[in-house]
Amino acid sequence: MAAESVKDVVLSPVFKNNPIALQVLGICSALAVTNSMSVSLVMGLAVIAVTACSNLFVSLIRQHIPSSIRIIVQMTIIASLVIVVDQVLKAYAYEMSKQLSVFVGLIITNCIVMGRAEAYAMQNGPVMSFLDGVGNGLGYAVILLIVGFFRELFGSGSVFGFTVLTPVQDGGWYVPNGLMLLPPSAFFVIGLIIWVLRSIRTEQVEKAEYRIVANSKAKIKESV
Amino acid sequence: MASNNSIKKTLTVALALCIVCSVVVSTAAVVLQPTQQKNQELDRKSNILQVANLYEPGMDVDDAFDELITSRVINLETGEYSDRFDPQSYDQFEAARDPATSRTLSGEEDSAGIGREEMYSTVYLVGDNPDDPEQIILPIRGQGLWGLMRGFFAIEGDGNTIIGLSYYSHSETPGLGGEVDNPRWKSKWKGKEIYAEDGMSPDISLVKGGADSKYEVDALSGATLTSRGVTNMLHFWLSESGFGPYLARFHGNSEGA
Repeated sequence: MAAESVKDVVLSPVFKNNPIALQVLGICSALAVTNSMSVSLVMGLAVIAVTACSNLFVSLIRQHIPSSIRIIVQMTIIASLVIVVDQVLKAYAYEMSKQLSVFVGLIITNCIVMGRAEAYAMQNGPVMSFLDGVGNGLGYAVILLIVGFFRELFGSGSVFGFTVLTPVQDGGWYVPNGLMLLPPSAFFVIGLIIWVLRSIRTEQVEKAEYRIVANSKAKIKESV
Repeated sequence: MASNNSIKKTLTVALALCIVCSVVVSTAAVVLQPTQQKNQELDRKSNILQVANLYEPGMDVDDAFDELITSRVINLETGEYSDRFDPQSYDQFEAARDPATSRTLSGEEDSAGIGREEMYSTVYLVGDNPDDPEQIILPIRGQGLWGLMRGFFAIEGDGNTIIGLSYYSHSETPGLGGEVDNPRWKSKWKGKEIYAEDGMSPDISLVKGGADSKYEVDALSGATLTSRGVTNMLHFWLSESGFGPYLARFHGNSEGA
């Protein structure tokens, strides 16, 4: 474990081992809150805060957590942090928290948070765990921002609320693609991101578990 | 690690964790509450300005509200202005819960599904003269499909012509009942009228399949129960049990005075 450098722990989840693109975790909220970049950014920051702090606290008390109730202990820590984040958003980013509504609360069920607490923080020291949480949250936030960028650009012709492609309604030439504002479009965008990432980093491509052989062939010749 | 799994240790860890977490959570809730309330207040004010068509993006909501809107408390039963409560601090939702300042609604009367109605309500007026305002903005609430819907209803100074309806909190299905927030649907209210004849029985309602009189507004497609909730709460709040007596005072006034 000592061999891992700080840089690796923080940066490898961003592209090499991305929680959304490689592990395909946390998809639910990635579909729901990515229709504009500012919402994606706030959601990304919230998840970074929760993963980092939950990793830190789980790691701090990891020597004392009885293995029989460890999942509940992690869950309690995560849930408390999510409530705190929700309260902070309500106090300092009210408009944003209205838009995010239930999805801040649903960070509790985000597999990335729980997954990192169980897989990393239970075995590693507090500082490294904290950084691992930051890294994984960052990986999540980056994908959210990329998806948000495409959805906002093609769905409403703007980036971070600034109009880039003037939509027809305001006298421009761009006809906004309504599908991009709906959650299913995030599936397409995430799919394309995974495709691009795996084309660049071919080691991410999983080995096929089996190969389908054509039926007719199998009947005539001995199949492999 | 084995000692960690003893019953005593398990219970101790669980208990300690619960205490620590609950302290953290409640501290956060208590410390942040004032800021959150300020935000809600600001949100409420900008909603009032929006329903009155006075809102402009980027405006200072607090200043504009103080300048343009006068809050008054009225006695719902008589329809008279009352000085019993300070309109700045009067909380009618709180009052509706207190038996001393509210009354229980019987099943038949309670078409809005709110259970208890306060005796005094805040109203928001645009214009200088409270007896001849330019606009009257009424707070309304009632059951939708999934829960209580709260909003504002803006009327011209004649107490009859509608300016707009807007909900600031509801839990209707997004895309169906949630379309109460859709600006295109909201714009359909403008210019409609509440009462067909003098009196306190409102005629305004949501209808399916095309509204063709000035007392009808298109219902939300795919949201029958939400639409029914909206109609019911308007009927309740605009009738004798709600703001009827108050609005009746303005019926003689010229439109949009």
